[in-house]
Amino acid sequence: MYKVDNRGYYGKFGGAYIPELLHPCVEELKQNYEKIISESDFKKEFDQLLSDYVGRPTPLYFAKRFSEHYQANIYLKREDLCHTGAHKVNNTIGQILLAKRLNKKRIIAETGAGQHGVATATVCALMGIECIVYMGEKDIERQAPNVKRMKMLGAEVRPALSGSKTLKDATNEAIRDWINHPNDTHYIIGSVVGPHPYPEMVAKFQSVISAEMKKQLMEKTGNENPDIIVACVGGGSNAAGAFYHYLNNKNTRLIAVEAAGLGIHSGETAATSVIGSEGIIHGSRTLLMQTSDGQIVEPYSISAGLDYPGIGPLHAHLISSGRAEATSITDDEALKSAFFLSRKEGIIPALESAHAFAAMEKLEYKKNDTIVINLSGRGDKDLETYTKHFDRFA
Amino acid sequence: MNRIKSLFKNKEKNILNIYFTAGHPNLNDTEIIIKTLAEAGTDLIEIGMPYSDPLADGLTIQQSSSVALRNGMNLDLLFSQIKNARKHTEVPLVLMGYFNQVFQYGVEKFIAACKSSGVDGLILPDLPLYEYERDLKNYFEENDIAISFLITPLTEEYRVRKIDELSNGFIYMVSSNATTGGTEDSNEKQIKYYERIHNMNLETPRLIGFGISDFNSFSKACKYANGAIIGSAFIRALEKGTKLENTIKNFVAGIRNKKLV
Repeated sequence: MYKVDNRGYYGKFGGAYIPELLHPCVEELKQNYEKIISESDFKKEFDQLLSDYVGRPTPLYFAKRFSEHYQANIYLKREDLCHTGAHKVNNTIGQILLAKRLNKKRIIAETGAGQHGVATATVCALMGIECIVYMGEKDIERQAPNVKRMKMLGAEVRPALSGSKTLKDATNEAIRDWINHPNDTHYIIGSVVGPHPYPEMVAKFQSVISAEMKKQLMEKTGNENPDIIVACVGGGSNAAGAFYHYLNNKNTRLIAVEAAGLGIHSGETAATSVIGSEGIIHGSRTLLMQTSDGQIVEPYSISAGLDYPGIGPLHAHLISSGRAEATSITDDEALKSAFFLSRKEGIIPALESAHAFAAMEKLEYKKNDTIVINLSGRGDKDLETYTKHFDRFA
Repeated sequence: MNRIKSLFKNKEKNILNIYFTAGHPNLNDTEIIIKTLAEAGTDLIEIGMPYSDPLADGLTIQQSSSVALRNGMNLDLLFSQIKNARKHTEVPLVLMGYFNQVFQYGVEKFIAACKSSGVDGLILPDLPLYEYERDLKNYFEENDIAISFLITPLTEEYRVRKIDELSNGFIYMVSSNATTGGTEDSNEKQIKYYERIHNMNLETPRLIGFGISDFNSFSKACKYANGAIIGSAFIRALEKGTKLENTIKNFVAGIRNKKLV
C-alpha cells in the first residue's frame, strides 16, 4: 500500500517530471538499480562497509532521565554515532557502490547544511572517485566548517549562484551538471526527493535504520513494534529510513516533524505539509511551498538541513493519507529541546534532530508508551548557533 | 486552423523561431518585442514564462527569468499582454515554461487562457509523455493548442517515434546534451545525429534549438531540419542593446544575413 508503483508513484505523488535531456540518466538508473542492489556481492559489500566503516548497527539507547521526565519509555536511535556524524552516509555508501557498478567516473551531489556533501565527499575519497558538490553561495558562508571538511576530503565545492543561492538552487545546479554530463556521471541525491527512482532508492538505503530498530526493540522489550516513531523531515530521508519497515504496521504511529521556523504563518517557515500545496519540484510531484503562479518559495528554518521547500513524495502520501501525522516545531522550541537533551542525557543533538525531540512537548501519547526518536545527527556542526542562544536557553 | 500548423503547411524551410523571456528586460516589453520580431521576419515566437527553478536552462535564461520575476511578471499579466500583441500580428506564438506553472494555474484554465489570448502552442520540457497522454491531451486537442516535445541526441528511437506521434506543432530537436545557451557538439557528431533523425521520416516538422546563436549555426541547422530556435543569443543581444526595436531588427537581420538597419 505504501510501496512505489512501477511509474514511481506513491498514491498520486512521485513520478519523474524531468526534461528529455535527463531521461537517459534517470532511465539507466531505473533500469538497473533494483537488480544491482539485490545482487549478493552488492549486499555483502554494502553490509560490510556499514558495519566496519560506518559503525553499524547504531545503538538503540533507552534514555532513562528523558523518559522519566515525559513518563514514557523513550528510546533514541543513535544515527548521530554514524561515521561523519549523521545518517546521511547510509545512503552515500549505497549510491557509491551503485555508481561503481554503473562504471561512473564522476560524482556530483547537492548539499544544504553540508552533511550530505561531507558524506558524499567521504565515500568518494573511500573509492577514489572525483567528487563535485554543489552548495548555495549563502550556505557556503553559513556552513564554513563543513565546506572545509569536504575540501579536506578532496571534493570540489562549487557555489550555486542562481535563484536564492541555497539548497534548492544547489539541487538545480547539480541537475544541470548531470544534463551536461550524461554518460560518465552519477548524481548522488541526499534525500528521498527527486525523480523516480531516487525517492524509493534512498529510502531503501536508509531503511537499515528501521530494520535495526525492529531487532533491537525485540531484544530490549520483547516487542519489535513501538507505539510511536518520531523523526524530523526536511526532504525526509532519516524519517523514511526510520518509518520504512513499519509502514504497514498500523499499530505504530509515525510522527513527521517539520520545521516551523519563526512560526507556521510567519512567512519564515519550512512547514511544507501545512502551508504547501501539490506541485512539482526537482522532478517529483509532491507537496511544496509555492505561489499561486507555481513559483517555488524559499523556505526558512534555523536548521539548514530542514530548510527545503518540498518533502519527499512518500511523506506527502503518508501525511495526506493519514498514515503519518505531521507536526511542526519552531526555531525556539528546537533550541530549547537541544539544551534540554544535552543536560538530561549528555547528548548534544543536531538542530534537525532537536526538532524531533521538541515534538515530545506537543505529542499526545499514553503513559508508558514505547516511543523511538530518531536521533539523526550530532550537534557539533551547530555549536556556533547553540552558543549564540546560550543566554536564553542554558 | 492553428497558426503553427498553417505555418509549417505553407513554409517548409528556414523557419526562424526566436525565444524571449516575458518580463525581461522590462515588465511591459512583451508587446513591442512580439510586434517587432514579427515585422522583422521571425516566423514563430516562443515566449518564456519566467520560472523560479528553470532546470533545463543555462545561465542566460535563468538570469533573464530572475529579472522578469523581480520585475513582477505573472501569468495573468502575460496573457493580457499577449492578447494586446495579437492585435498587431498573426505570427504563431508558443509559450515555453515548466509544468508546475500550468499545474498551479489549473490545466483547464491555462488552456482556456491560451485560447482566448491567441497562444497557439506550448513547450513544457519537464512534462512527461505518459502524464500528458493521461491528463492533458484531451484539453489540448479540444482547444486546438499544439504541443511540442523535445528530443536529444540520446533519445532512443522508440521514444522519438512516440514523441513524433504526440507532438503536433513541431518537434523541438535539442542540438546536443546540454542546458540552453551552451556551445554545440563537434560538427561530425552533431551531423550524424541530425541525419539519423532526418532519415526516420517523421511526420512532425522539426526545429533545432540549444546553441544556435548566429547566421552560421542557423544556416547549418536549417540544412537538417525545417528551421531553428534562437534563445540565449537573443536575450544577450537585448541586454546589450540600447534601443529595443533597433536591437531586435538588427538581430533578426543578422540571422537572415540581411543588411543592418
